[in-house]
Amino acid sequence: MALLEVENLAIEFRTRGGTVHALENVGLSVDSGEIVGVVGESGSGKSVSAFAVMGILDPAARVTAGRIEFDGTDILTAGERKLRKMRGRDMAMVFQNARGALNPIRTIGQQIADVLRCHKFGDRGAIGDQVVAALKTVRIPDPETRAGAYPYELSGGMCQRVGIALAMACQPRLLIADEPTTGLDVTTQSTIMDLIRDLVRANRKAAILITHDLLLAEEYCDRIVVMHAGHVVETASTAALFAAPRHPYTAALIASTPRQDTRLAALRPIAGSIPDLRADLPPCRFAARCPRRIERCVNEPLPRIAADGDAGHVTACWRPL
Amino acid sequence: MAVRTRTGLVLARMLQALPTIAGVIVVTFVMTRMLPGDPAVYFAGPMATPESIAEIRHQLGLDRSLFEQFWVYLGDLARGDLGMSLVAGGPVTEEIMRRLPASMELTMFGLAFALGVALPLGVLAATRPNSWVDHLCRLIVTLGVSLPTFFTGLLLIYVFYYLAGIAPAPVGRLDFITPPPPHLTGFYTFDALIAGQFATFWGALTQLVLPAVSLGVFALAPIARMTRGAMLQVLSSDFIRAARAAGLKPRTVLVTYAFRNALLPVLTTVGIVFSFMLGANVLVEKVFAWPGLGSFALEALVASDYASIQGFVLTMTMMFVVLNLIIDILYTLVDRRLEVSG
Amino acid sequence: MTSFGRHFRYVMSENPVTAVALGMVGLLTFAAVFGTVLAPYDPIATDTARALQPPSGSHWFGTDNLGRDVFSRVLAATRLDLGIAVAAVALSLVIGSVLGVLSGSFGGWLDRIVGRIMDTIMAFPLFVLAMGIVAALGNTIENVVYATALINLPFYTRVARAEAAVRRNAGYVEAARLAGNSEARLVAVHIFPMILPPLMVQISLNLGWAILNAAGLSFIGLGVRPPSPEWGIMVAEGASFIISGQWWLALMPGAVLMFAVLAFNLLGDGMRDLVDPRQRT
Repeated sequence: MALLEVENLAIEFRTRGGTVHALENVGLSVDSGEIVGVVGESGSGKSVSAFAVMGILDPAARVTAGRIEFDGTDILTAGERKLRKMRGRDMAMVFQNARGALNPIRTIGQQIADVLRCHKFGDRGAIGDQVVAALKTVRIPDPETRAGAYPYELSGGMCQRVGIALAMACQPRLLIADEPTTGLDVTTQSTIMDLIRDLVRANRKAAILITHDLLLAEEYCDRIVVMHAGHVVETASTAALFAAPRHPYTAALIASTPRQDTRLAALRPIAGSIPDLRADLPPCRFAARCPRRIERCVNEPLPRIAADGDAGHVTACWRPL
Repeated sequence: MAVRTRTGLVLARMLQALPTIAGVIVVTFVMTRMLPGDPAVYFAGPMATPESIAEIRHQLGLDRSLFEQFWVYLGDLARGDLGMSLVAGGPVTEEIMRRLPASMELTMFGLAFALGVALPLGVLAATRPNSWVDHLCRLIVTLGVSLPTFFTGLLLIYVFYYLAGIAPAPVGRLDFITPPPPHLTGFYTFDALIAGQFATFWGALTQLVLPAVSLGVFALAPIARMTRGAMLQVLSSDFIRAARAAGLKPRTVLVTYAFRNALLPVLTTVGIVFSFMLGANVLVEKVFAWPGLGSFALEALVASDYASIQGFVLTMTMMFVVLNLIIDILYTLVDRRLEVSG
Repeated sequence: MTSFGRHFRYVMSENPVTAVALGMVGLLTFAAVFGTVLAPYDPIATDTARALQPPSGSHWFGTDNLGRDVFSRVLAATRLDLGIAVAAVALSLVIGSVLGVLSGSFGGWLDRIVGRIMDTIMAFPLFVLAMGIVAALGNTIENVVYATALINLPFYTRVARAEAAVRRNAGYVEAARLAGNSEARLVAVHIFPMILPPLMVQISLNLGWAILNAAGLSFIGLGVRPPSPEWGIMVAEGASFIISGQWWLALMPGAVLMFAVLAFNLLGDGMRDLVDPRQRT
């Protein structure tokens, strides 16, 4: 039984300019001990899916279909009180804008203590020690002094470490990292990602890594879910995805990702852009940009086709590669 | 200035206020020297002979050059000497100090009322957008800034004193039969409590209600608007979402995380509102026969008592300058923490 | 229809409140212009036999202690109150925008001096400053106008300066500069007209505030003298009758005063939406 199971999730936003069909038929699953990557361009619905799992969607959002089950609990029907107990304790999130995710007028020690206290984690009298311990696990030097620091006094990388400490403070079973390294320099990026991986592996937790950086996903994730314009287009183990991508979008994404030895001339950007999610959309939202498009793509609902010999490698395409 | 320490920042802010204070002193000096006619004539009185006028003129130093007069003025100010008051029959400074507690008590209660209504209203309006509270807040904001303070006062007197009979007569700080409590701070409510005179305390409190509300209604509106605006902005920021994702209780998120962050712009608004309140004091004190600085100014205006008017303007302005300085300093101390946030 | 006209119609239909405010202001302007002609009674004619009558069919707002018709007085007062406010705001606007544009466009010592002057004005509680000025200069209506204009000056200067400073280095100004226009011509022709829309918003909001100020000053006896009808002194004269239950002397002019201030405030809010929808509250 998977720790997290998302099935057929559809979410729309009501805005002044119309209804945005943000997610449609989105599904993914995560088991304990594995790191699942969710990759895609900006606006593909990655963060929205994460917020839906945590139950912290915008008030303007409406879940119109689907099921989210975490550790036996139905997230979509559980009341706010139950969800609140789970947030931070059973599932937690690390955010993209590390400093922005911290309260600017509270010290980082106070913020970690807030989380520990609210979940009644551990001994009330020893909160100070626990805060220091939490800072130690994310490898912040001189934690006793640092605990009294304000976010503006810390570098971006440090803030992200604090964010991770906050998320891991109560030892949640699932960690969702939403673009945790965007905006950090490359060296810090790998340090942060190593930290996340170590913490997750050490305690057999599950993690979802949301990123637009394919190489990052390739290095740190066990399985990858590829999203485009609110759809899940391909799901596979990392090795299988990069060795033999089956969805045209995945292939194009991989081809457009520069590696160390890629030359500028060899870069192949993907034509077009993400369609307007307010408009009437064909069943396959990539069809307009797809070189392999056929009639079926714009007329019939998308299939879920597993690869021969690899039941875990699923593609939503009529003409997989 | 690259001054990093807290005391350094505070001192820097205080130094920045000096040119402003200088400007204020110059303006108040110029104001009374702009008087139509000869001030000596006013001070000498209607029965004066040309000789006594000349004598007065010499006494007041008005026969010296303007610069010399300014120098004397500065010296007097440094000693706390604001001249002699015609209407009080004594030193202006003494009269001002005597009346100050009345105005301060009124202003503090007015401010407390304004904050007590505006802050919760703004917070509720922000947390429940488009609800009836939100619409009420917007209505109060629009109406509040349109209400003339003296009109509010008279309306309240008519409704609550004449029609409903639940408010006491607007005759000042206490009714005619109650003597004031033993003087400690000059705040009748506080002094009466300390002295254990509960009837006096109650009397002073009930006399305060209508004038404080009149004063506070106008101040209410900008504070509520700013609270609502600041809360809306803070509630949509990243760290609030992160706090909710960490499972913090809604009360913690609202109060410790959101509200405290929204307080700073509200604090600046209180500074602006104080400017209105100092002026509105005059209006409210007239309507409610309140024996404070405002009514002192009114008496002085009627009697052309320029020393008193000057003292009044200077006192009110210095209070305003000091308050703004305090707010500025508070802002500077907290500013570094906020400057990087979303 | 011009695009501004279309935009105007759109904002009016989206914001019925602004349309109502426009109507209110129109009504007030009409009263100010034609009030003295349309008043049913002579505003200063006394008739002690008819003193202190409550509102009725023949006297819509009742009569005051001298038998004067309150409605006619309130109507006649519209001209004076609006007149003072408009004069004060116009004066502030002209002087403030010129000072602001000059300091924003040229910077340097002019900017510093103007800034210092404005800071000094803002250091005072504004109503107190107005009191001081009228007391010092003399108790006349002109001085009330000057005092109100002075205390409003910083607002216009600040807006004009900010807008001019932004536009000083804007693309189209740079282009005109390169084409050989003198700095003076740049300021007059290219910068000045562009700052008018934000100033319009200030004007409407300021008019409400100026009316309140003028009425406040006359309430305490500065400026307008009896028997001239003016909202502030009418409230002051009527104040002593409130406790004996004759509310219409003070509350009628007070209500009309509030109506006027509300009209301009609502209009100002609406204009803000028209000019810069981003600033909507």
